[in-house]
Amino acid sequence: MTSPLLAQSALKPLLLSHFTTTSCIGRGLEQTLAALREGRTGLAPCAFDTVNLATFVGEVTGVDAVQLPAHLTDFDCRNNRLAFLGLMQDGFAGAVRAAIEKYGAQRIGVFLGTSTSGILQTELAYRRRDKVSGALPADFIYGATHNTFSVADFTRHYFGLTGPAVVVSSACSSSAKVFSSARRMMATGLIDAAVVGGVDTLCLTTLYGFSSLGLTSEQACRPFDAQRNGLSIGEAAAFALLERPPEQLDADAVLLLGIGESSDAYHMSSPHPEGLGARLAMQGALKMAGLQSTDIDYINLHGTATPTNDAAECKAVQHVFGPRTPCSSTKGATGHTLGAAGGVEAVICALVLQHGLLPAGVNTRQLDPALDLDYLLDNREQPAAHVISNSFGFGGTNCSLIFGRAN
Amino acid sequence: MYSLTAYIEGIGLLGPGFTDWPSSQAVLVGQQPYQPHKTVLPSPASLPSAERRRSGAIVKLTLATGLEAVSGAGLDAASLPSVFSSSSSDGENCHAICEMLASDDRQISPTRFHNSVHNAAAGYWSIATGAMTASSVLGAFDASFGAGLLEAVTQVVADHTRIVFLACDTAYPEPLYSTRPVPDALGIALVLAPQHSAQARARITVSLTDASADRFDDTALESLRIAIPAARGMPLLRGIALRQDKRVVLDYLDSARLAVAVALC
Repeated sequence: MTSPLLAQSALKPLLLSHFTTTSCIGRGLEQTLAALREGRTGLAPCAFDTVNLATFVGEVTGVDAVQLPAHLTDFDCRNNRLAFLGLMQDGFAGAVRAAIEKYGAQRIGVFLGTSTSGILQTELAYRRRDKVSGALPADFIYGATHNTFSVADFTRHYFGLTGPAVVVSSACSSSAKVFSSARRMMATGLIDAAVVGGVDTLCLTTLYGFSSLGLTSEQACRPFDAQRNGLSIGEAAAFALLERPPEQLDADAVLLLGIGESSDAYHMSSPHPEGLGARLAMQGALKMAGLQSTDIDYINLHGTATPTNDAAECKAVQHVFGPRTPCSSTKGATGHTLGAAGGVEAVICALVLQHGLLPAGVNTRQLDPALDLDYLLDNREQPAAHVISNSFGFGGTNCSLIFGRAN
Repeated sequence: MYSLTAYIEGIGLLGPGFTDWPSSQAVLVGQQPYQPHKTVLPSPASLPSAERRRSGAIVKLTLATGLEAVSGAGLDAASLPSVFSSSSSDGENCHAICEMLASDDRQISPTRFHNSVHNAAAGYWSIATGAMTASSVLGAFDASFGAGLLEAVTQVVADHTRIVFLACDTAYPEPLYSTRPVPDALGIALVLAPQHSAQARARITVSLTDASADRFDDTALESLRIAIPAARGMPLLRGIALRQDKRVVLDYLDSARLAVAVALC
């Protein structure tokens, strides 16, 4: 039996045949790429709902105006509205329908990550409890909105998919880990394709919760900055369609090459101070991809801008890669989109590979001299063949993904 | 039809009227009457005192059932990748947070917040056992047991690794209970292996099926199976307790169930 820490078998590369993301920096790939090129942040002072906190958020405009298809209104909540908005971009829904034609609805799995799902719906319902009985309002539908499974259930019903479906909810690693669940199920032959991704939306639980931990900044977050003092919460949807690669691939095609997963076994809300779990995740991903650390051209850091995350992640990156691999956190642009972050940053990595753009970490003004990495303060136009994306979360859950160009 | 095979090496069970796996088998096969009583959750002695004080019902349930399965298999929990599956995170904690957020004082405590994540039990499990291994933390409403079992056997087959699978659900308090009537805590844990070994108790072969899920003849057991998502796995435990080769069908999604061929080892 193989070592339990590195039990993952070598990965047959999987093709991200279609992908899309919608966050505060844009709807779909074109707007997202333009924002990265311009070094634009989508963060703004929090004006969400009745939240009274001095913090910045990455709110997606127009989510309230999204209408779900009439037969799916039971699923109506902010999280599924953003999911639907995300599915409508870049022809993604059409690509899924084409995959259904090709493989059959029962041969496509749905693996989506979220941390808080539609809990906002419950938060709002608790403001409307019956004054006598305390009951929640009759129009509140727990299972289709708040429950953890809601976004995957909505997505499979929207497409009429009848294969395996699940939500991965391991806080901020959720929508990185979906690639792992999909990879394993495709490897066993149970499915031929997978809709993977993540959706998380603003809610009071995370805004007040991160605030109570002293982890939110009163300014737009500044990952790896000497003055960084916390994260900015964002919201996003990201989706990818995973298929086995055909024999002939476009040079621009993006492949999933490696996945590494680990647990810190250290603390519920603080990372291991030496980044030990993060190190194991990155090493596991390299091993599965059959790559050396020098093969990696860009690291999309977890980079939340909390003092402890960035310090621990820096140690882990230095241990695995040394200080010279170009890296940045894109959370200064998008905010920390929590359970959607792994998916958003996987899509950003795909854009990096296709466009040879290594994105700068926006908002960061003066790098923390204690964090000795090649952290990008300006965009770098440079071809990249292999990139790695880090996603770490509460409970000490870690996942690193390696993507590469086909050529 | 694609099927996935794994060997069950350890079993943990805790729920209403069930205190552990050895004492539950006679009830599951009908040799003893099912006498439901409220689930008794042991204090998680394996956690450091700070974490023990902060742990809610789902953490206690997860640790109790998981450790029963792992020790039954004679393994070290730190060596095992894990799959956790539950319909939701801690219901009491969720209620307390939503109540505060609807009040004038929204300052929820840090402990309440970090206990609210769906992977809280997985986090505490790794701290208690020292497991730095991969963990998959899943939710699929009433399909949670089936989704977790499918993920677990998939991982056993694809990565040729042992794994501990934990399906745990805890009660929802009012007013959430009226919208999601989960009445009590129940957890099932299985240690699964890719190969036959001395401690293997049964071989299971899992595939998707259109057939309907098995039900219990006993009305109290059947209402338990329906009421708590993790209890949808109880027909599998009955199949193992019967000590004969048997095919069971477990609930999963509206579009598919799981057929599990159970063969004694």
